[in-house]
Amino acid sequence: MTKTAPALRRPGMKTDTRTLAVLGAALVVTLWMADQIEMDLFMAFVLWVLIAIRVVLHENRVALIGTLVALAIWAIVLPFFQDSGGGFIEDATQALALTVMALGLNIIVGFAGLLDLGYVAFYALGALTTGWFMSGFFAGAGGGEGFSLLVGEPASNLPGVHFNFLMVLLIAVVVTTIAGMLIGLPTLRLRGDYIAIVTLAFGEIVGRLVINGDTIHLFGEQLTNGRQGITPIDKIDLPFLEPFSGLELRPWYWVALALVGVTLFVNYRLRDSRLGRAWIALREDEVAAASMGVPLVKTKLLAYGTGAAFGGMAGVFLGSYLNTVNADQFQFSFSIFILAMVILGGLGSIEGVMLGAIVLSFINYNLIPDVFNDYPSKVGLDFDLSELSFGIFGFLLVIMMVLRPEGLIPERRRKIELTEGVGAGDTAFGGGETIQEVRA
Amino acid sequence: MNADGAGLLTAENVTKVFGGLVAVEDVTFSVPERGIVSIIGPNGAGKTTFFNMLTGLYRPTYGRIRFDGRNVTGRRPDLIMKDGMARTFQNIRLFGTMTALENVMVGQNARMRAGLFGSIFRVPRVRREERSVEEKARETLAYVGIAESQFEQMSINLSYGDQRRLEIARALASDPKLLLLDEPTAGMNPQESAALTDFMRKVRDERGLTILLIEHDMQVIMEVSEHITVLDHGQKIAEGTPEEVRTNERVVEAYLGKQGEKEAEAGAARREGTT
Repeated sequence: MTKTAPALRRPGMKTDTRTLAVLGAALVVTLWMADQIEMDLFMAFVLWVLIAIRVVLHENRVALIGTLVALAIWAIVLPFFQDSGGGFIEDATQALALTVMALGLNIIVGFAGLLDLGYVAFYALGALTTGWFMSGFFAGAGGGEGFSLLVGEPASNLPGVHFNFLMVLLIAVVVTTIAGMLIGLPTLRLRGDYIAIVTLAFGEIVGRLVINGDTIHLFGEQLTNGRQGITPIDKIDLPFLEPFSGLELRPWYWVALALVGVTLFVNYRLRDSRLGRAWIALREDEVAAASMGVPLVKTKLLAYGTGAAFGGMAGVFLGSYLNTVNADQFQFSFSIFILAMVILGGLGSIEGVMLGAIVLSFINYNLIPDVFNDYPSKVGLDFDLSELSFGIFGFLLVIMMVLRPEGLIPERRRKIELTEGVGAGDTAFGGGETIQEVRA
Repeated sequence: MNADGAGLLTAENVTKVFGGLVAVEDVTFSVPERGIVSIIGPNGAGKTTFFNMLTGLYRPTYGRIRFDGRNVTGRRPDLIMKDGMARTFQNIRLFGTMTALENVMVGQNARMRAGLFGSIFRVPRVRREERSVEEKARETLAYVGIAESQFEQMSINLSYGDQRRLEIARALASDPKLLLLDEPTAGMNPQESAALTDFMRKVRDERGLTILLIEHDMQVIMEVSEHITVLDHGQKIAEGTPEEVRTNERVVEAYLGKQGEKEAEAGAARREGTT
């Protein structure tokens, strides 16, 4: 048991008993879970094979690139193996949209180290942009006949403002980037916990504005529909393609996957750039970063801006996908939900955050309400598991913090920080000297 | 010397008050171009506070700081760095979880131009810049004497001596005109200190730098400095060549105290008596 058979030892291969046991267990769990969430068993098996190759050949570059390409192809062809109107595709699409958000929040919290508890604000702004420009909300637009731009039937004939999805996406990115920077401004002189409080407050302000937006009038139009929500929202209408429908979910999935692809591309590029290094330097030691020529204000605002833009992008998609923009979507708990994805996956780790986002969304939208919901009643308890979902997240986070505080797939930096006891920030190298006023 | 006839860096009547505490009081001094100048003084004399004002971390309560012919009083630290003033810290402040190479690359941030979109699309200009910045970082690391095997190590895992050297490399990478070293030999043994002393001269001669340092090690100071300024309780109590400062009564008093001076003499006399 303790000794690995010599025959299994090959250079660059991880084939010790523990790894094999974990992989074996993973196969069982993968197949059982796939069955429960109505995922295609063959595709689940392929997924396991890819992960197993990746784990066993963990030092091989060819295997690494090969599995990454294979994973991308796997994700693209997955819908063909699933029922196009089924629950699995529905949840997978939602998970992908939330992945975009988690990756955006990861720029702010993971890269730059600015704890943002109000990320829901950017989701709200993105979704609202969709509500305004892709629905009948402004019923008076164009003299009651509607105003449309680059959209086909039926949206072009309806009252209200109807812009093309890609245009709305662009508008939302601009709006949320600006909003992100504005929200960042008052936090510039603050650090750590204080930033968290200010961003939390901003998240709440935006949430309240959406709730009470039906009584706020600008230029004779109300701001939102409040709790009633703006609905219906135009379906995505891309050039050269049929307008999307609510019954055929595959195209939605692919659009979400494309958004994740764009987000990943930007994340990787930024992480390995001048800006990415500046963000990490800032996270490590603000005083040293400033003294080394990193402009604090600009660098922080860029983190807020780019992070927010992805929240807006996901908001636009979800607005159209869920067919409604209503105030109940934009609660504080949503910010925590996204933050939990980032922490569970591994702060600052792009792959980890992606995994965290997918795992938590499936737990939240599938496992808890559909699979385990009636388990309490099976053992004679009188409640649904979905009432406990946040309790379950909390429990998961506690377990993670005890067993694997650096996250599912840790960023190599964080791993070092946690295992070697290096705190990010001022005390990292012994804090005899405290800078009492650091000017931004 | 600059056009205005003053040194590369001049401070006029610089004062810093924290609440009721006057940390630095009315200090005027200047650093000539290509000189090696030291600031010394007992603990708590206000040396580091003075450094922090020069580099923009603190805004002086009164006074004016000129660097390279420009008024930099209250200027942002990153802009002062860009103007050509780079520093190290008393307690090493590296970016612990970045590699040695990345640390030095951050040091060149002010010399880089890549923006948000350039970085996302990695346009040829950005690509070239990245390459040259990395190249330069490697050169600088080798220049300060860090072994190539350490380049990709997280800086927190480096030896103490390498961390000190890395901090200097990070500062040097931006091609500064003035290098500020805050107790560079702290924690070093005599051999390492001597090597650093030689290194300072080498940097000055080869790169045409001006060096301003805070130091406690008298041997290093006396050997390397061309000019010394002595601070005590936030005030400048003496300045001059190492020889002048060594024999200055107020300096001896500041370090040993009036009473202490007599006791030291008495102690020396006693020891002579017993042996």
